[in-house]
Amino acid sequence: MSRPDPAHTHDPARHHLAPARVLDVDPLLQDPKTRIVVCCGSGGVGKTTTAAALGLRAAERGRKVVVLTIDPARRLAQSMGIDSLDNTPRRVKGIDDSAGGELHAMMLDMKRTFDEIVEAHADPERAAAILNNPFYQSLSAGFAGTQEYMAMEKLGQLRARDEWDLIIVDTPPSRSALDFLDAPKRLGSFLDGRLIRLLTAPAKLGGRAGMKFLNVGMSMMTGTLGKLLGGQLLKDVQTFVSAMDTTFGGFRTRADATYKLLQAPGTAFLVVAAPERDALREAAYFVERLAAEDMPLAGLVLNRVHGSGADRLSAERALAAAENLEDSRIVDQEGGKAGLRNSPDTYGSSDSPTHETPAPAAAEASDGGSPAEDDAEHAERSVDQLTAGLLRLHADRMQLLSREQRTRDRFTALHPEVAVTEVAALPGDVHDLAGLRDIGDRLAADERELPAASALPGATRPPEEDTRPEASA
Amino acid sequence: MSRLQVVSGKGGTGKTTVAAALALALATEGKRTLLVEVEGRQGIAQLFETEALPYEERKIAVAPGGGEVYALAIDPELALLDYLQMFYKLGSAGRALKKLGAIDFATTIAPGLRDVLLTGKACEAVRRKDKSGRFAYDYVVMDAPPTGRITRFLNVNDEVAGLAKIGPIHNQAQAVMRVLKSPETAVHLVALLEEMPVQETVDGIAELRSARLPVGRIIVNMVRPEVLDAADLELVRTVPRSTVARSLSSAGLGGARRGGHAERLVDPLLTQAEEYAERYALEHEQRAVLTELGLPLHELPLFAEGMDLAGLYELARELREQGVS
Repeated sequence: MSRPDPAHTHDPARHHLAPARVLDVDPLLQDPKTRIVVCCGSGGVGKTTTAAALGLRAAERGRKVVVLTIDPARRLAQSMGIDSLDNTPRRVKGIDDSAGGELHAMMLDMKRTFDEIVEAHADPERAAAILNNPFYQSLSAGFAGTQEYMAMEKLGQLRARDEWDLIIVDTPPSRSALDFLDAPKRLGSFLDGRLIRLLTAPAKLGGRAGMKFLNVGMSMMTGTLGKLLGGQLLKDVQTFVSAMDTTFGGFRTRADATYKLLQAPGTAFLVVAAPERDALREAAYFVERLAAEDMPLAGLVLNRVHGSGADRLSAERALAAAENLEDSRIVDQEGGKAGLRNSPDTYGSSDSPTHETPAPAAAEASDGGSPAEDDAEHAERSVDQLTAGLLRLHADRMQLLSREQRTRDRFTALHPEVAVTEVAALPGDVHDLAGLRDIGDRLAADERELPAASALPGATRPPEEDTRPEASA
Repeated sequence: MSRLQVVSGKGGTGKTTVAAALALALATEGKRTLLVEVEGRQGIAQLFETEALPYEERKIAVAPGGGEVYALAIDPELALLDYLQMFYKLGSAGRALKKLGAIDFATTIAPGLRDVLLTGKACEAVRRKDKSGRFAYDYVVMDAPPTGRITRFLNVNDEVAGLAKIGPIHNQAQAVMRVLKSPETAVHLVALLEEMPVQETVDGIAELRSARLPVGRIIVNMVRPEVLDAADLELVRTVPRSTVARSLSSAGLGGARRGGHAERLVDPLLTQAEEYAERYALEHEQRAVLTELGLPLHELPLFAEGMDLAGLYELARELREQGVS
């Protein structure tokens, strides 16, 4: 072979930028001074899985941990044994507790949390009045921002109990990661706001001079709103706010207190993202926001990063080689198979001719030679066909790799100060503690020590000429 | 065919893209469609590569064959002012209300009110006729809230009934519900061939059905191309490594001997194929779950380089070929 060695023809883009700082999660998890870890990021990037995996890892290294999840996928929740929504931490069984650690997990039930606050702060009669108030019911069940507010509230409660060394919080699946920081204050200031007070207590205004003009405006406004919404609703709001006020001490004050907890030493934020344009843009916003609010950022967890054990073979060369193999086959077979391969009709239908390998009919059709030789030739052809497929698959992988690298480099260029850990993509979902442990290992490993696919399970293959009757399914 | 087409789906499945492609696909042969956005994200403007949309219907695309797509980003505040203007002739008082934050207050204390205003506006566009008595739009396509909230969002009647028991809002909610629960409406769900989006789709359909909202189609988005088929994957498990090495070598990728360049590629390439096989099996499982729902099922391809305007037209063509319009 006089062709150049593929190992020297490609200089992967990933080495162009200086590597970002590497986030080492173990010292963070093991430091007794770390008391709260908040996992945030936009929806669908694996926040909940990351939170659960960190919790398990910390517990198996001897810490007493509680993981507060908001809206876990059913199977993930089941993997930790929390399939019911009872809003209290439950001990997770089956972890390695040889280091003396414990793992507890809970799912946030926002309505239940809200009800508990009311019950804790009001006498039974007043509490019942609030709980039955239609406005309260609508607010606690579905108001935008209630979930974020209640997640903060629950975090405050867990911290106040001081039963755990480490609290790991997953944040609500909001449209934007910033909602987690903004929503509680927004809800707090809305409920404590001037307007709601003016509207709900117009009587107090009467005595003050100079407020008369405003008062006229107000009554016109309450009139219109009353007409529109029905007077009953305004009355419900009024009752609710005054009842909450006397028992609860103000929403805003409470939101502020939890906010301070997030700024306190011992809290660490982890921004979770996937190597996709939107997720990383969102992560960058969040990093900037945390800095502006003096909140301690530990680093970025980059989930679902792809690698390849053959990353020196470029996409272009892999494609060219695949075409090479396919061309020679088309010449030999007059396009019979190659034509079928891309036809949508063969998709998933196991009885189509493409799927019968080796096909005796095909052997007979080729001219000359004994059937045995034809079989051998045919087998070689299907290996060529498979090899071409493997090369195309590899080309796709390399293109994905370079896209991921580009988006990642963009983030690193904007925020070189942020430490990053990369988590290799898994082909399937996580459903048990072993899966979470695996993610934990990937979180803790420095990616430079584990180049790509060699770190994946099933990467070790049996020796030469082994026909491998069973593969890892 | 239903004239109000509502598109929902789990976050991240590409709802907005599918809604836009559907609006384009339905705008065939001189037809006119309105694409409506309700969450204030300006996703439509981004997709069509135009500046942010105002609260006003404007033409954003011409479909192949001369159809037209209009777009509208509904702002609940402005919709409420519109509405008050219509019924109470508020004039400057309306502006005062806005300035004082009363509109924000009203839409905030009654979350259902916000939804009535949004769905109400879409239903109004569905029923609107021009002077000649022809419908202003042949179809209205709504980029709706995600699956988790869609039933609550569309079931405004129940929402509002608890809060506003009488009055114009109550009446408006009733009128909206008449359209939404009729065959005039179809709610489509966008899914991906992954476990969580499929589960959400299944749950979402059950919820929609129990609220008697009309479920339309399931659109599976971002379907990856099949690189290796079932026979290839079978062969991956049994093929001798040396034959793959020889094949790679014959394609010009170096020596097939042990330690040769081609030989060293075999393990990583087969590992990638095994990962592919695992995902392939998972996707087949999820496809089977969706098929069992017994609804019209469509698949749209993944654009690996990201979605752009050309891709959108491609998806619209795909939908048309699959008989959606």
